Amino acid sequence: MKKELQVSAIKNGTVIDHITQGQVERVLYILNLSDYKDQIYFGANLDSKKYGKKGIIKVSNKFFAPEEISKIALVSPTATLIEIRDYEVTVKKQVEISDEIRGLVKCVNPNCITNHEAVPTHFEVVNKDEIVLRCRYCEKNTGKTNIEFV
Amino acid sequence: MKGKSLISINDYSKSEILQILDLAEGFEKQPRQPILSDKVVSTLFFEPSTRTRLSFESAANQLGARVIGFSDAGTSSAKKGESLKDTILTVACYSDVIVMRHPLAGSARWASEVSPVPIINAGDGANQHPTQCLLDMYSIRKTQGKLDKLNVAFVGDLKYGRTVHSLVIAMCDFDATFHLISPAELKLPSYVKQHIKDKNLEYHQYLSIEEAINKVDILYMTRVQRERFADPIEYENVKNAYILTKDQLKNCKDNLKVLHPLPRVNEISEDVDDMPQAYYFQQAQNGVYVRQALLATILQ
Ligand SMILES: [Zn+2]
Repeated sequence: MKKELQVSAIKNGTVIDHITQGQVERVLYILNLSDYKDQIYFGANLDSKKYGKKGIIKVSNKFFAPEEISKIALVSPTATLIEIRDYEVTVKKQVEISDEIRGLVKCVNPNCITNHEAVPTHFEVVNKDEIVLRCRYCEKNTGKTNIEFV
Repeated sequence: MKGKSLISINDYSKSEILQILDLAEGFEKQPRQPILSDKVVSTLFFEPSTRTRLSFESAANQLGARVIGFSDAGTSSAKKGESLKDTILTVACYSDVIVMRHPLAGSARWASEVSPVPIINAGDGANQHPTQCLLDMYSIRKTQGKLDKLNVAFVGDLKYGRTVHSLVIAMCDFDATFHLISPAELKLPSYVKQHIKDKNLEYHQYLSIEEAINKVDILYMTRVQRERFADPIEYENVKNAYILTKDQLKNCKDNLKVLHPLPRVNEISEDVDDMPQAYYFQQAQNGVYVRQALLATILQ
């Protein structure tokens, strides 16, 4: 009941719940929310039955595009995305990493062509749990700890 | 396979690889076959590799094709800041296939995505060099009469050598048993070992050639470079263990052949050259037949 109230606290917008502990600031950053003019609530170190501790972000009047959702999944694979329209939950889903990531993430290999010429990066996701991205070009893996966005 | 680029050895299936090797046998018997006399082959060497370039150019010439290109980036438009994409699109107007070597990993894959003509990767940085892998397999099959169920030893720098990684992975399709001889610092990367395990095959690791020499059919030598060691004293301690000498071949199997991707520095002593086991110069020669087979397959 209490959870329902938290979620319903905005009229229109998106709630990103169950953010991996310690990743709230990073999610705000990758979604470029620091310049956002409407209301944003966020919390960290909240108790979670499922994960122990979690973070949450609520953004009024904002719905995210699939590639933004992909970005969230890359830094916080546990996150749940809840879309609210007129106080009603209209979408509730676990964020999901797609099988391929295009043009979002930098390749970790400094000698990769994508870091030298105007080549959009393109990775195959070889492990969704650990988050391991294999570069289509140089064939090197970029992992969870060294993901940088383009 | 007509019109199909070759960027990574994994782009070709086992049966496609065997098809190329079979065709190469025909070119070994009869190298001069002017079947590509209406074709133009470009060789774009953004970094120099005389050996590989000459091998491709010899292959193309023996098939009657014309060859155009450049052999170092200093003379090319890349030096003037032209993008790789623009260079490829331009050269594609003048030729039927592009053979390219480039210092950056992934450059050949990118070129194949933008090019209207097929690309053959002749080395993209530390990444892939698939025709080396094909000529190694051709040499193994030729000297052993088969590719299946062989005992293959790799010696030296197994960590950084892309040649070794590609060949190990390719030989997994032929149920090889692997004998990995390297200093502790330069062991085969775990992802390659995992690939061997996933195929339910065996590998054994050793610190010296002596321990494995009597078990193997192929001894694939690579160079141990001083720069790969954090501690130069460590290099001095281990370097002699990875130099092959005539004496070490005393206990080898009769069918053993020694391979090396060349150039050699000192990792095979020169007294081995006259031994019946030495095969590395013929191995380089085989590169021409394999490249002929590849050009013929892609262009015909
Ligand atoms: Zn890359």
